[in-house]
Amino acid sequence: MALPQLKQNATEARIAALDLPTGGWSAAARGDALARLRATGLPGARDEYWKYTRPETLTSAAPKPAVVFTPDETPLFDGIDRLKIVFVDGVFDTDASDDLSLDGVEIARLADSADIHWARDLYGTLETAGQSPVPRPLATLNTAFATDGLLIRVTGKLSKPIAIRYEHRNDKSDAMMHHVVKVEQGGDVTILENGPAAARFNQVIEVDVADGAGFHHVRAQGRDHERRAATHIFARLGAESTFKTFTLTANGVLTRNEVVVELTGDDAMAHIAGACLGDGDFHHDDTVFITHDAVNCESRQVFKKVLRNGATGVFQGKILVQPGAQKTDGYQISQSLLLDGDSQFLAKPELEIYADDVACSHGSTSGAIDDEGLFYLRARGLPRGIAEDLLTIAFIAEAVMEIDSQELQDEINSRVEAWLMRRRDQ
Amino acid sequence: MLEIKNLHVKLEEEDKQILKGVNLTVEAGKVHAIMGPNGSGKSTLSYVLSGKDGYEVTEGTATLGDVDLLGIAPEERAAAGLFLAFQYPVEILGVGNMTFLRTAVNSLRKARGQDEMSSTEFLRVVREKAKSLKIDADMLKRPVNVGFSGGEKKRNEILQMAMLEPKMCILDETDSGLDVDAMKLVADGVNALRDAGRGFLVITHYQRLLDHIKPDVVHIMSDGRIIKTGGPELALEVEHNGYSDLIEEEA
Repeated sequence: MALPQLKQNATEARIAALDLPTGGWSAAARGDALARLRATGLPGARDEYWKYTRPETLTSAAPKPAVVFTPDETPLFDGIDRLKIVFVDGVFDTDASDDLSLDGVEIARLADSADIHWARDLYGTLETAGQSPVPRPLATLNTAFATDGLLIRVTGKLSKPIAIRYEHRNDKSDAMMHHVVKVEQGGDVTILENGPAAARFNQVIEVDVADGAGFHHVRAQGRDHERRAATHIFARLGAESTFKTFTLTANGVLTRNEVVVELTGDDAMAHIAGACLGDGDFHHDDTVFITHDAVNCESRQVFKKVLRNGATGVFQGKILVQPGAQKTDGYQISQSLLLDGDSQFLAKPELEIYADDVACSHGSTSGAIDDEGLFYLRARGLPRGIAEDLLTIAFIAEAVMEIDSQELQDEINSRVEAWLMRRRDQ
Repeated sequence: MLEIKNLHVKLEEEDKQILKGVNLTVEAGKVHAIMGPNGSGKSTLSYVLSGKDGYEVTEGTATLGDVDLLGIAPEERAAAGLFLAFQYPVEILGVGNMTFLRTAVNSLRKARGQDEMSSTEFLRVVREKAKSLKIDADMLKRPVNVGFSGGEKKRNEILQMAMLEPKMCILDETDSGLDVDAMKLVADGVNALRDAGRGFLVITHYQRLLDHIKPDVVHIMSDGRIIKTGGPELALEVEHNGYSDLIEEEA
């Protein structure tokens, strides 16, 4: 079917503004992605999947500039023993990065020309699989044009996390990065990400978790107010594997985080969590698609959004249980704390179930600060502002607690507290 | 110390009068008990004194020392020295008990014009007080009241009371949901806080709590009024005969 002319024009304009990397092991996947992109076109405002979030500034040929923001605090995860990798506006920073070697893992860069055989089989593969039943053209665009990223193959249990820091120093930067993570049987990795990356950031992470392997991911998207981001995580989970991802989004004018997970082996577990803090010109969209295609798997989606001064939160979450995926345990909760009458939360939870022995639940709520809690804390002498902050922390706690490591939970909570403190008594 | 005069209170949302002229004076150093049947207005009195939303004072006054309680925010009442031990302490996920206690202590110290307590000093004091209430390190670390048993929640209330050094303590049905051992532990905690400068108002359905926290004065409340005041023997009378005789007597 031919694309509507407007969509085709927008897609071609975007393609024309980019250079397709040629040669090397990824060329075939990139060429394929470009063809797929031309067939689907970039998202448009009339696409059902983009009903609550306007895609124009994510798809335009040039990014809207975003003022560079310099936080007056030590970067997140700096106090943690980790392997540090730094990208500035999407460009690898050799000097700021640690040596990319660690026992139990091979780390290479997409931009390097070395032939990475294992990555050739994965690059674009999980992204392609994740295009059905709903197309995700920004990810296809990324597979075609990504300029750099990390290729991480984990063969053992790592002694420390791999921490990627994304710095934004150019107000017109338009970064496109694509990571591929393959966790082999018996491997276990924690990947940390921190920072805004660019004025506009398009990111794809493909994660293949083998039988019995573990993938843990904690991400914070930086405090820049004007930055825009569209991220995708595509994960495929083997039997008895663990996949856990948590994202903190504090600020950012537009964020769309998509997570697409397919549970393909029995007894696997996928937890997808997120907390966002939005004040004013803030639009945050979590779009999640979980497919249960094996027996006795568990999935949890926990999303908490704190919104004030006209901020908007969106949640689109779906659990698809395929025929035969018996004993599926699927849980989904999305909640917003609306700190005033101007802010809004739009939620679209969906369940589609083709097996008869499953337990799936979903819930979505919007509410204000809990009166009982507020009275309790104030009766103990806490001023209203501090009491509201503690109750806000309590509100997002269920999502933060999805992070296994207490140390990382504390890191995230410290940023939440700082964010709230900056807004107190304003 | 606490002086309530002719207090009339109705629900904000509906035209329902709950308190219909309460008069009560609690002197420093004394323990007063309020007993009464369900719906007599006992808990409403505790909420109105501590500043919960949803109630409208239509007449009367309540003062603590020289502070007019009814005109100020809940946290200001706490700073003035009022403490309410809740019947149903609220669970607060994600906020450690210790963090909460420390924030409360220092908020009150600030409001009272005192210096913040150093972390070493705070830890020393909290550990000492927690120990006597059999509150272990784990309970101090856990999120406020989350996963606590009924007894643990009430002990946690008394720990807060001990840390916040109030002048006037109101206990709202602190005995509800407690077995005998837990009640004794809580009562011991309260008794340890009795001193010449501090008043107590103990709200309860049953006489049994008053076996452990011996009151100086007992009031019987019914239909929004105090209908009888007497010594500890009044509580025993209620225990034996119930409230109906007293209520009929009043009518």
